[in-house]
Amino acid sequence: MSYIKKPAARHPKLRVNSLGLTVRDYEGSMSTLCAGCGHDSVTAALVQAFFELEVEPHRLAKLSGIGCSSKTPAYFVSEAHGFNSVHGRMPSVAAGANAAHRDLLYVGISGDGDSLSIGLGQFCHAIRRNVNMLYLLENNGVYGLTKGQFSASADIGSTSKGGVANQQGPIDPVNTALSLGATFVARSFSGDKNQLVPILKAGLSHNGFAFVDVISPCVTFNDHQGSTKSYAHTRSHMHEVIETDFVPLKTEITTEYSEGSVQGITMHDGSVVKLHKVADEYDPTERRAVLDYLADVGSRGEIATGLLYLEESGADMHGFENTVDRPLVEIPFADLCPGSKGLEEVQKEWW
Amino acid sequence: MARESDYGVNDLGLKIATVNGTGSASANGLLLQALFRMGIPVSGKNVFPSNIQGLPTWYEIRVNKDGYTARSPDFQLIIAMNPESYARDIEEVVSGGWILYDNTRELDDEFRRDDVTFLGIPLADMCVEHFQGSRIRILMKNITYVGALVALLDIDMDVVKGMLQEKFASKQHLMDANFAAIEVGYTYALEHFDCPLPIRLEAMDKTKDCVMVTGNAAAALGCVYAGATVGAWYPITPATSVMDGFTEYCRRFRVDPDTGKNNFCILQAEDELAAAGMVIGAGWMGARAFSPTAGPGISLMSEFIGLAYYAEVPCVFFNIQRTGPSTGMPTRTQQGDLMLCAYASHGDTKHIVLFPADPKECFEFSIQAFDLAERFQTPTFVVSDLDIGMNDWMIPKLEWDDSFVPDRGKVLAADELEKVENFYRYLDLDGDHITARTLPGVHSKGAYFTRGSGHDKYGRYTEDSDAYVEVMDRLLAKVESAADHVPAPEIFETDGGKSVGVVSVGGCHWAVLEARDALAAEGIEIDYLRIKGFPFSQAVEQFLEDHGTVIVIEQNRDEQLKNLILLETSCAKEKLQSVRYYGGQPLSKGHVIEGVTPFLTREPVEVSQ
Ligand SMILES: Cc1ncc(C[n+]2csc(CCOP(=O)(O)OP(=O)(O)O)c2C)c(N)n1
Ligand code: SF4
Ligand SMILES: [Mg+2]
Repeated sequence: MSYIKKPAARHPKLRVNSLGLTVRDYEGSMSTLCAGCGHDSVTAALVQAFFELEVEPHRLAKLSGIGCSSKTPAYFVSEAHGFNSVHGRMPSVAAGANAAHRDLLYVGISGDGDSLSIGLGQFCHAIRRNVNMLYLLENNGVYGLTKGQFSASADIGSTSKGGVANQQGPIDPVNTALSLGATFVARSFSGDKNQLVPILKAGLSHNGFAFVDVISPCVTFNDHQGSTKSYAHTRSHMHEVIETDFVPLKTEITTEYSEGSVQGITMHDGSVVKLHKVADEYDPTERRAVLDYLADVGSRGEIATGLLYLEESGADMHGFENTVDRPLVEIPFADLCPGSKGLEEVQKEWW
Repeated sequence: MARESDYGVNDLGLKIATVNGTGSASANGLLLQALFRMGIPVSGKNVFPSNIQGLPTWYEIRVNKDGYTARSPDFQLIIAMNPESYARDIEEVVSGGWILYDNTRELDDEFRRDDVTFLGIPLADMCVEHFQGSRIRILMKNITYVGALVALLDIDMDVVKGMLQEKFASKQHLMDANFAAIEVGYTYALEHFDCPLPIRLEAMDKTKDCVMVTGNAAAALGCVYAGATVGAWYPITPATSVMDGFTEYCRRFRVDPDTGKNNFCILQAEDELAAAGMVIGAGWMGARAFSPTAGPGISLMSEFIGLAYYAEVPCVFFNIQRTGPSTGMPTRTQQGDLMLCAYASHGDTKHIVLFPADPKECFEFSIQAFDLAERFQTPTFVVSDLDIGMNDWMIPKLEWDDSFVPDRGKVLAADELEKVENFYRYLDLDGDHITARTLPGVHSKGAYFTRGSGHDKYGRYTEDSDAYVEVMDRLLAKVESAADHVPAPEIFETDGGKSVGVVSVGGCHWAVLEARDALAAEGIEIDYLRIKGFPFSQAVEQFLEDHGTVIVIEQNRDEQLKNLILLETSCAKEKLQSVRYYGGQPLSKGHVIEGVTPFLTREPVEVSQ
């Protein structure tokens, strides 16, 4: 049995948010992943983000595909509905769910195998459709659950545990997302909660497909020397291009930002994302420039991280489809069925 | 093959041979509709290539005063407009029949037959004379042959003109051209031939409570009436027109008048896998969602269908069958996906399947499919075919009861959840094998984890044998209990019951009915049961038990319906005989009579085919 219920012990001094919930209320069942797995750190960052954003648990919908990474929706917000779908196909389930119920907050968790191999098509099309959701790719360069085969994100020359070097070029999910027109693109590291939490909060506030590629090392199959997705390699090669500060709607902005290196972007829900740029010339709202910049960073063997690109004005799937504002699931049958009068009308044309 | 023609008023097989992409469809539609409005029973079948322009295409119209609508391969009149296919078209007309052709270019002698009458009309020449521009000339050539047919068959000219007036009310120049073309053809025929031909038509009153429609349009309308809000699809012949229809009816009935926004969402997916995922996602949220597809799409969707079965997510799939396997013959019909739909996906699965036989049932069954999917919380299939879906059928007018309330099944609302101590998704509390579900966004007490991995009755992940088996057994019992809720079979029994019974399904029905009547006229009576739903009900079991020999008639090579009966009923194998036709055309009377005759005790009956 890999279902373990967590003991309900609660520290009396835990901070409580405006819904009366503590951070523990955003947890799920006990993780069954390997101790030290990067995915668990991502889960912890998510829990933190939900708590701080004061998300009502039942207004959240969690989805995933198949893989170690895809197991994680079970490990956060147990009072939210979850859907562990099939390998590589979570984006379509999320799109259909969102089509039916646009008012929920959608979080999809995937892996590099799930999104870049079997599910590459669905991943790309969810971006094109701009499904309003936070999409996390827990990227470890391997298929963890099937025991360590190279995935499509493995870098050329990165070695497997057995010492074999990968020869095929990787699919870079950030590049892919950017070139397909994604409206929110970030990269982070499971070992850097300070960076990850604000990015997740910004992603949850984004209207559209918020893509976050999280380097999330697999301690069991891909954390050795020679791997380019290990903790050590990621730590030493991380290049934070931009630092994110998420300012919720209710909070008054008190911090002073030095002009030039800081860009403030107001999100759909009124919250503000402040982006502190490492280089003044970096503009996270210019897609072509971002692609160029990332190519430069990448050519130096560095991993660019941060909220790399943001475009808040684009239409999401419902904008494209011109769907009514109220969720389709809430429309009463009487408003959906044209009745005998309508049938009479249609059948005049069938005569 | 040439056969003797029996002439009769309002009993005619007419075939129009043209080239794909030359605009003949609207002329043929006009013709069909005119006959229908004259009160004469008709059916129209489009035999088209998998091509956009340039290949031969045919339209078959069957006129039958007795109301038989199955395809009949007996053509008394062929409109041969395509020199490419002259050879086979001219060969196809029955002995004593007529061939109307364009003699602007005279027919080669090799095509001549002396047992038929050739009616040459200089269509191209006349169109050059009367119309300007090549496109309009090509189009009006079609209308001109309709004009000739008005004279040759004694079609009511007022009806034809009335239809043109309706159609081109806002396009005066097109109306003028069409009127002129009709006149030209009509006058030429009157002046040159002995009109009307013996195969003439006469007004009747047999269509006044009927409409003429395709199964796909009716199914699409059914989805609107069922309250479906999410449709996801990937284009495929012959299912595309289901979504075209749904789009059209939604634009008409489902646009919010105040905001101009849609009370529906149609997603054109990247493939059928995604279409299935979307439907399941929407079903999980509590929307009525569907995807129309054909066999190749169901093959792709199979992994997801198993998920929906195991996780118990309502969803509706339309399979408008075409000829398989693989890409097969995409524009020909078949019933080759019966097994596929009954058991789609790996592992132990079984699904609810409805089999409409005509557009009326396409409408009704699509509404029932949503009710069944939600009641039983499982994928439900409406299995139609290209012939039903894309061809023009005369059906009794559809009816709607405004007091209809959809069956949403067991769904716990927020106040109900408030009252329960604990909610467990797969716990059968009342012994009917159906467990209550909850919808996201309603109440935190209703939250659970929907998964296709092993789960126990509490909805928790499990790898425990007993806990797994318990859920699997309930699922089997649940789907089997749907047997009493799928549409009951239609049974035609003769007084006292006969020892030979025929079982058939879907679009085979009309040919079987016609053959049964023909056999009865020869003194051979057979009982007949048409299956409308799967799992099979007790009534099916009873019919099988009551008959010494049961002949299963179906349109596939591998006796899929027969095998399904063997698997799912207690019927003995020795009892079952099989009649199959799987060449891609709709079934006709001849196939049935030829097929069943060896199993009948009486002398075989001579039939044409
Ligand atoms: C159709 C199908 N093929 C293969 C598998 C086996 N499988 C399960 S998880 C997985 C790879 C997961 O890799 P990734 O998405 O990177 O997740 P990780 O375990 O690394 O977090 C595979 C191939 C499956 N579940 N379904
Ligand atoms: S195998 Fe790798 S990815 Fe899977 S749980 Fe273990 S460490 Fe995490
Ligand atoms: Mg992986």
